[in-house]
Amino acid sequence: MPDLLLDIKGLETQFKTPDGIVHAVNGVSFGLKEGETLGVVGESGCGKSVTMLSILGLIASPPGKVVAGEALFFGQDLLKMPNEKLRHVRGAQIAMIFQDPMTSLNPVLTIGRQLEEPLMIHIDMTKNQARERAAELLSMVGIPNAKDRLNDYPHQYSGGMRQRVMIAMALSCSPQVLIADEPTTALDVTIQAQIMDLVKRLRSELGMAIVWITHDLGVVAGLAQRVLVMYGGFIIEEASVNDLFANPSHPYTIGLIGSLPRVDGKQQGRLYSIEGQPPVLYQKPQSCPFAPRCKWVMERCWKENPLLIPISDEHRVACWVDVKTGRPR
Amino acid sequence: MSNDSDVLLKVVDLKMHFPIYRGVFQRQVGAVHAVDGVSFDVKRGETLGLVGESGCGKSTTGRAILQLYKPTAGEIFFEGTNLITLKREEMRWMRRQMQMIFQDPYASLNPRMTVSEIVGEPLSVHNVAAGKEIQERVAHLLELVGLNPSFAGRYPHEFSGGQRQRIGVARALALQPSFIICDEPISALDVSIQAQVVNLLEDLQEQFNLTYLFIAHDLSMVRHISKRVAVMYLGVIMELANRDDLYLEPLHPYTQALLSAVPIPDPLADVNRTRIILEGDVPSPVNPPSGCRFRTRCPIADKICAESRPEFREVRVGHFVACHMVS
Repeated sequence: MPDLLLDIKGLETQFKTPDGIVHAVNGVSFGLKEGETLGVVGESGCGKSVTMLSILGLIASPPGKVVAGEALFFGQDLLKMPNEKLRHVRGAQIAMIFQDPMTSLNPVLTIGRQLEEPLMIHIDMTKNQARERAAELLSMVGIPNAKDRLNDYPHQYSGGMRQRVMIAMALSCSPQVLIADEPTTALDVTIQAQIMDLVKRLRSELGMAIVWITHDLGVVAGLAQRVLVMYGGFIIEEASVNDLFANPSHPYTIGLIGSLPRVDGKQQGRLYSIEGQPPVLYQKPQSCPFAPRCKWVMERCWKENPLLIPISDEHRVACWVDVKTGRPR
Repeated sequence: MSNDSDVLLKVVDLKMHFPIYRGVFQRQVGAVHAVDGVSFDVKRGETLGLVGESGCGKSTTGRAILQLYKPTAGEIFFEGTNLITLKREEMRWMRRQMQMIFQDPYASLNPRMTVSEIVGEPLSVHNVAAGKEIQERVAHLLELVGLNPSFAGRYPHEFSGGQRQRIGVARALALQPSFIICDEPISALDVSIQAQVVNLLEDLQEQFNLTYLFIAHDLSMVRHISKRVAVMYLGVIMELANRDDLYLEPLHPYTQALLSAVPIPDPLADVNRTRIILEGDVPSPVNPPSGCRFRTRCPIADKICAESRPEFREVRVGHFVACHMVS
């Protein structure tokens, strides 16, 4: 087994709210291998973004708090790292791009200035070197007349171009890991296709590992090699992308795939719908968080929360029921 | 063309330009050509899907049909009556038959009103019911959309996104309309909730013989719910056809590119597709390109495309395209 770049163990994050403590992430463990693309899917509130923000120490505290777990990066625990050191990892070795390209750039600084900043801070470039590298980066992500456009402000760029700038900025210090949090959700489909194409190209040129967070199973199918499905702050299924779609084994994954109409028309008739709605967890659940919405629910599901167990080599699932037979596992 | 009695709504050369004012004297210096000459029919009992990317004018088209904006030009016939020429009072009467479901279930319900006030308001505004009868009708409507009638006294914030959208659907149904414009009704909802709302809309359509204009950017969902589909780009309809004709054999280069860009939730199917990746972004509707609106990004554009605007013509039975290059 190749060495893990990132090794997350038992991560738990909670938020204090006026209504009580929300258990957003409830013991998440996974690894990221060198050069792989890992998709993380789930609906809003399932904890997918909070997991990644926790790893990078980007949870606002208060109200948020990482209460347990380890996040090993080259053997060092990011959760215990002093701020100064963590800042160097963030940006230089692990970079992140966010969902909304409209709000993640500073509107009063030029694009060039914002691209140069990490280069000067993290890899000690001089102003002139950074300027040159910034122009290279911009043309690498497919922005024409890169040199001139460095002097533009973010409002002079379209949404798709801003997301390209974010990607250029994230990749500027050649990180080993790129974490992308719904980077195409705010974009139109034709622009999304451009960005996905760009990421695929850069991935093969630069060879970084990618964690791609999304709610869109279509995007995951086209981009990821391995997928984590999250629900209620837990990973409920983990598999290679082909295995997940060919052989989904958690009732939630099955429902999610079944509820999607397909543009190629392969899914006809009434849409499968999962009744009810995702939970907000004010207590760490003692039962399966999906039980209230599950068709296959059994008595045991209400008493014990299933652990993520392997059902084949690279396929893990957290469910008491074997959905193929309908009987307990 | 089809028999006129089948046609519930007929839109002819609809234009909606929003003026831009500048300077001390607020002179008009230009206009946003949000909708620029759109014609289509909606047949009784069908769902017409209207798709396009953000800013293409699909929502504006929907709002102009309901006279929420006053269109710059064009005609809109509903059951043969031209809505443009109607007086305010007459239009109010017409609105009973045409309702709207809005995109954002968090913004389209008044947070200070209870569910029963929200759903009952159309009934009292239009003097259809009064007093206790309103309460009975509201309870019935809530049941129809799958909500517990005992929730009638609650406020919108007590509901989830999917439930709020059901409240929006109940409000739209209150006056027993024949036509509903669904303006991106599911795009703010989570995937597992989207299917619930779409199934509800389909059930109601069957039960009450409703006609939908379904506005969306999600091409997969539009394929699922529509009978016919129109594709808009920069204020103009590029292609309109029966669902299967459009998805199986798209004729317009924009439709082809759009369909190829939609990710398919199936890694095996995704490998064998040819992707057409469009260059650049959608131009500004303030100053749209001459001739064909799509020519600046079109992979097969020619000289003629810059010179004249392609006519929106029927190239096969029921299959309309606006492109010089399609024969």
